[in-house]
Amino acid sequence: MIDSIAGGNLVSLATLSQRAIVEVLDTAESFVEVNSRAVKKVPALKGKVIASLFFEESTRTRLSFETAAKRLSADVLSLAVASSSVKKGESLRDTINTIDALGIDAVVMRHSSSGAPVQVSRYVPHVRVINAGDGQHQHPTQGLLDAFTVRQVLAARAGTSGRESGSELFAGLKVLIVGDIRHSRVARSDIEVYTRLGAHVTVAAPGTLLPSDIAQWPVTVATNFDEALATADVVGLLRLQKERGSGAFVPSLGEFTSTYGLTARRAKLLRPEAIIMHPGPMNRGVEIDSQVADSSAAVIEQQVRNGVPVRMAVLYLTTAGATLESDPND
Amino acid sequence: MTNSTLVIRGGLIVGPLESFVGDVLIADGRIVEVGPGITAPSGAVEIDAAGCWVGPGFVDLHTHLREPGKESAETIETGAFAAALGGYSAVVAMPNTEPALDSVAMVGYVLERGKSAAVDVAVAGAITVGRQGSQMAPIAKLAALGVRLFTDDGNGVQDAGLMRRALTYAQPLGVTLAQHCEDESLAQGGSMHEGASSSKLGLTGRPAIAEELMVMRDIELVRLTGCSMHFLHLSTERSIALVIEARAQGLPVTCEVAPHHLTLDETACETFDPEFKVHPPLRTASDVAALRAALRAGAIDAVATDHAPHTPESKDMAFDEAPPGMLGLEQAAGLTLEALGGAGADPQVFFNVLSRGPARVAQLREQDVRVGHSAHGGAVTVGEDANLVVFDPNASYVVDRDSLASRARNTPYHGRTIHGRARATVVRGRLIQLEGIIQ
Repeated sequence: MIDSIAGGNLVSLATLSQRAIVEVLDTAESFVEVNSRAVKKVPALKGKVIASLFFEESTRTRLSFETAAKRLSADVLSLAVASSSVKKGESLRDTINTIDALGIDAVVMRHSSSGAPVQVSRYVPHVRVINAGDGQHQHPTQGLLDAFTVRQVLAARAGTSGRESGSELFAGLKVLIVGDIRHSRVARSDIEVYTRLGAHVTVAAPGTLLPSDIAQWPVTVATNFDEALATADVVGLLRLQKERGSGAFVPSLGEFTSTYGLTARRAKLLRPEAIIMHPGPMNRGVEIDSQVADSSAAVIEQQVRNGVPVRMAVLYLTTAGATLESDPND
Repeated sequence: MTNSTLVIRGGLIVGPLESFVGDVLIADGRIVEVGPGITAPSGAVEIDAAGCWVGPGFVDLHTHLREPGKESAETIETGAFAAALGGYSAVVAMPNTEPALDSVAMVGYVLERGKSAAVDVAVAGAITVGRQGSQMAPIAKLAALGVRLFTDDGNGVQDAGLMRRALTYAQPLGVTLAQHCEDESLAQGGSMHEGASSSKLGLTGRPAIAEELMVMRDIELVRLTGCSMHFLHLSTERSIALVIEARAQGLPVTCEVAPHHLTLDETACETFDPEFKVHPPLRTASDVAALRAALRAGAIDAVATDHAPHTPESKDMAFDEAPPGMLGLEQAAGLTLEALGGAGADPQVFFNVLSRGPARVAQLREQDVRVGHSAHGGAVTVGEDANLVVFDPNASYVVDRDSLASRARNTPYHGRTIHGRARATVVRGRLIQLEGIIQ
């Protein structure tokens, strides 16, 4: 286990200790304030060059990362590789070497193939690599911002700050993750982060959308979705890729909604203080009903908002190579 | 050099029935004398084999030579050099070239090019045209050319009805169909074994059942048709058990395992290094143990390399985009020795799985003038074609991908210490490799 991502890479949450995770959350908390300033900028990464390398298009995550980098005063190279080198058949190694030759300190990368950021970290060991989502493997910053959001909500309720609470608020917390666990990088990162912080994770999905070795995962598989909803503190929904519902993994999207969708009827089973989360983009009417998504229990916009300070924290820790002891706001 | 005289001195001569220390005198392509203290004619090249095992040259049932079509990865010439360094005197070239070896012209091309290679090159023909799995290739015409093995390797023949017809058609021709057992509907385009590692890594898995179901299906088709069948690169405990059971029932089935399935498991893929991507995939540690146990027990007919050269640029792709396959010829014998228990292994079993077994499966035990190959996998006795290897079970070396004879570099063993190395390889009486150097 790695005890700090300072000066290192962030490709997976599987190898991060609780200490490393809490360090990111605490660092992010100190950046929340920056985002509410009139001048939303600190010089922490001034002079650093961060390449934003999205082999798979994702407007939301790319904008979140680029906003985070700019608020830290880094120079951002935004490269639309999805439409250039890959189509010309260039190897991953050649692509990253070309970009490295431009002079970069870090690369934020998304790729449709699991493990591509791990490979890149071998090709350019002197460049910090931040995984912005790889295939069905990991989406570390999503897991971190989800945990950050949960801690923020629970800390506010408890009248404390997240930073003061550390990981305490997660002890025994019941987190229910629903939907396409099998193909989801978000589920893999969420399960790592929540279990490491001390929460108890239950998953609910049709058998075809669970990994074949789910029995070996550190989670409970819900046998009754409605009962699991009734006891959950946090419900994390996952986007169901439309093609998974075309008969390949579930008979139809409609059948998925009726069995595992968070419909308005099912939302009534939830405890009043339950928190509803979704990494977006939502398929309204498939995994979540519109009225549930727009209800006060849902913190979906708060998740998006928190993406920026969490990614600032990740970029700061990895790329500045410093920790909170040196003031990021100087 | 062809007619040179060689003496192999003081090695343990490993016959099929007994082993003894002695010398072997080779002249005019044949073994002319075997025994202790042979007096060599003047001018004979002496090879010191003290501490080494001397036996029939290895035969690889499963070599991808990439020619024609992918000469940037390997050629018949460079693949044969790799084979010679590995101790092989003959290889069977797989037909998944571009175009595939599915016609008299293509098979003839490779046989002709193979005649000038360092080792004997036999050819496996495709079962179906273009290995597309829809229309039978000209199996009878190719059999008349001397082809003895047919396979769509790279793919299994997915259509059971077509496989039945191919077996029925092939049966009276005295040839063997060889299957790459993976049901694609279950393998789902995956890139590693389906299990704990794939699940953690988020890589689509190729489950064991994809292989085992096709093994089951084909055993039943053999029972129905009576055609002999060879199962390529079996990788799971259950697959091996199925073949052992079928053989016990008297069915004409044989099987091979690959060195990587004997020495690496699924966890190697956790590095996301495409050098560990191969079909069938690296399995679980318990499969590896089961394969080793079956190998030691003599239940496996052959260790076959599935030597699959790929260019560096193709292996520098993402894991799921990179092509499957790894190099095998130069390290296979050492890895086989490791799987058999190291230098204390039974040399008879060692030569059975690397030479005699595969030569029998490929029908290379007898000379075949049509395809121009000599006899392989025989006894080390007077009159036999001199296809021999001097193998040092105590030599060790560190694999360096940049110093391989193969044109490609995609070995998963870079940096690994291998125990056991072919000190010399003799093909048709000619010393073609000595101490790791092509002669």
